[in-house]
Amino acid sequence: MIPGAFNYHRPASVAEAVGLLAEFGDDGRALAGGHSLIPMMKLRLAMPANLVDLAGIADLKGVRSDGNAVVIGAMTTQHDLIGSDLLATKIPILRETSLVIADPQVRYLGTVGGNVANGDPGNDMPAVMMCLGATYHVAGKEGERRLPARQFYQGAYITALKTGEVLTAVRIPVPTAGHGYAYEKLKRKVGDYATAAAAVVLTFKGGKVEDCSIGLTNVADTPLWAEEAARILIGSSLDAPIIKRAVAAAEAITSPASDARGPAAYRTKMAGVMLARALTRAKSRAGA
Amino acid sequence: MAKSQVGMKVNGKVVEALVEPRMLLVHFLRDQLNITGPHIGCETSHCGACTVDLDGKSVKSCTMFAVQANGSDIRTIEGMANADGTLHALQEGFREMHGLQCGFCTPGMIMRAYRLLQENKNPTEEKIRYGISGNLCRCTGYQNIVRAIQFAAAKINGVPFREAAE
Repeated sequence: MIPGAFNYHRPASVAEAVGLLAEFGDDGRALAGGHSLIPMMKLRLAMPANLVDLAGIADLKGVRSDGNAVVIGAMTTQHDLIGSDLLATKIPILRETSLVIADPQVRYLGTVGGNVANGDPGNDMPAVMMCLGATYHVAGKEGERRLPARQFYQGAYITALKTGEVLTAVRIPVPTAGHGYAYEKLKRKVGDYATAAAAVVLTFKGGKVEDCSIGLTNVADTPLWAEEAARILIGSSLDAPIIKRAVAAAEAITSPASDARGPAAYRTKMAGVMLARALTRAKSRAGA
Repeated sequence: MAKSQVGMKVNGKVVEALVEPRMLLVHFLRDQLNITGPHIGCETSHCGACTVDLDGKSVKSCTMFAVQANGSDIRTIEGMANADGTLHALQEGFREMHGLQCGFCTPGMIMRAYRLLQENKNPTEEKIRYGISGNLCRCTGYQNIVRAIQFAAAKINGVPFREAAE
């Protein structure tokens, strides 16, 4: 499989990258880890005339603390996330999620920025970012914009990112110390996208759920933030009947496609099963 | 489309060439450098037969352009044997433990296992299986590949290889 021909550009700064992408318009694409884009190019589902490789921009790499938030550069790889002590301490759900993305080779190159900006509903990080209330930093010719992950996804491969813009970083408010978390993913095999997956972050106080947020992966055209399901759980002690109600509320907002991963009704049910498991595991990890 | 000048180190040797930007790294290695150890299996980033070691990472060379590898340090199966011609512990392990049948996946398996053992000198069986989960083998059922990697780890660590009880 040979991709279509293109010109290759390797800018050294975000400003230079944004300038190139503005110049090329619809004929240009930013290249991050390449593990979604290059397969698409090999199938000629994508044929950009210009590739702007972000790998030479040092500013886009790394994980750092910034006040009560953690900022992750867009070119930070899944492998980097798994090895980050800062994330292991402050936002461990990112490590748990990274470990179930694709396979080791893909994780060495696959990036956070690519994962969240691509708009593929099968990507795992978008629902986790919605769950965590992350904000995306986006650079364009007119300057920087900050977009909440919860308002970023509009359809399959359609996001709030405009032509010529580059997602440069993800900013995540650090969840309360002692929070419970889990990312539960059902997949047919290593390397597969989720049949359904659920992300949960919650805190307990006096044996009751004080705060809760839920994200769902690959059960609609976009990742989903299950606001109503999380609201039902607040104030509860997460016993079986209330989990059942939250699961029903989460299932109600799904609209998966029927595909090789199973019929739509099955995938909706699996979203519910993943959520119930994630809630139980998150509870076991939370300091009451 | 303009060609790009690339330079990289492959198995310790500096190579320079002019490539079309769309040329995949695996095609560059195989067709331009005659390094045919990295195999083209699935071409869809699944099978891992094209795995090479690049700047301390295991990389599927079918999912990277040669221009992206500009300036990098690459190792393939051709660069694994010791300078005196004796086999690397992993190659020996695959031979001794029957870690291959048809052999198609072997260069990718060994290159992946090489990086795995660099990062974790004494992995458990579970870690080995997880570590090679991006490499497919259609012959062995993986059992002997896991043993081969355990054999190599023991040899590198200078301890006797003991097979786990069945």
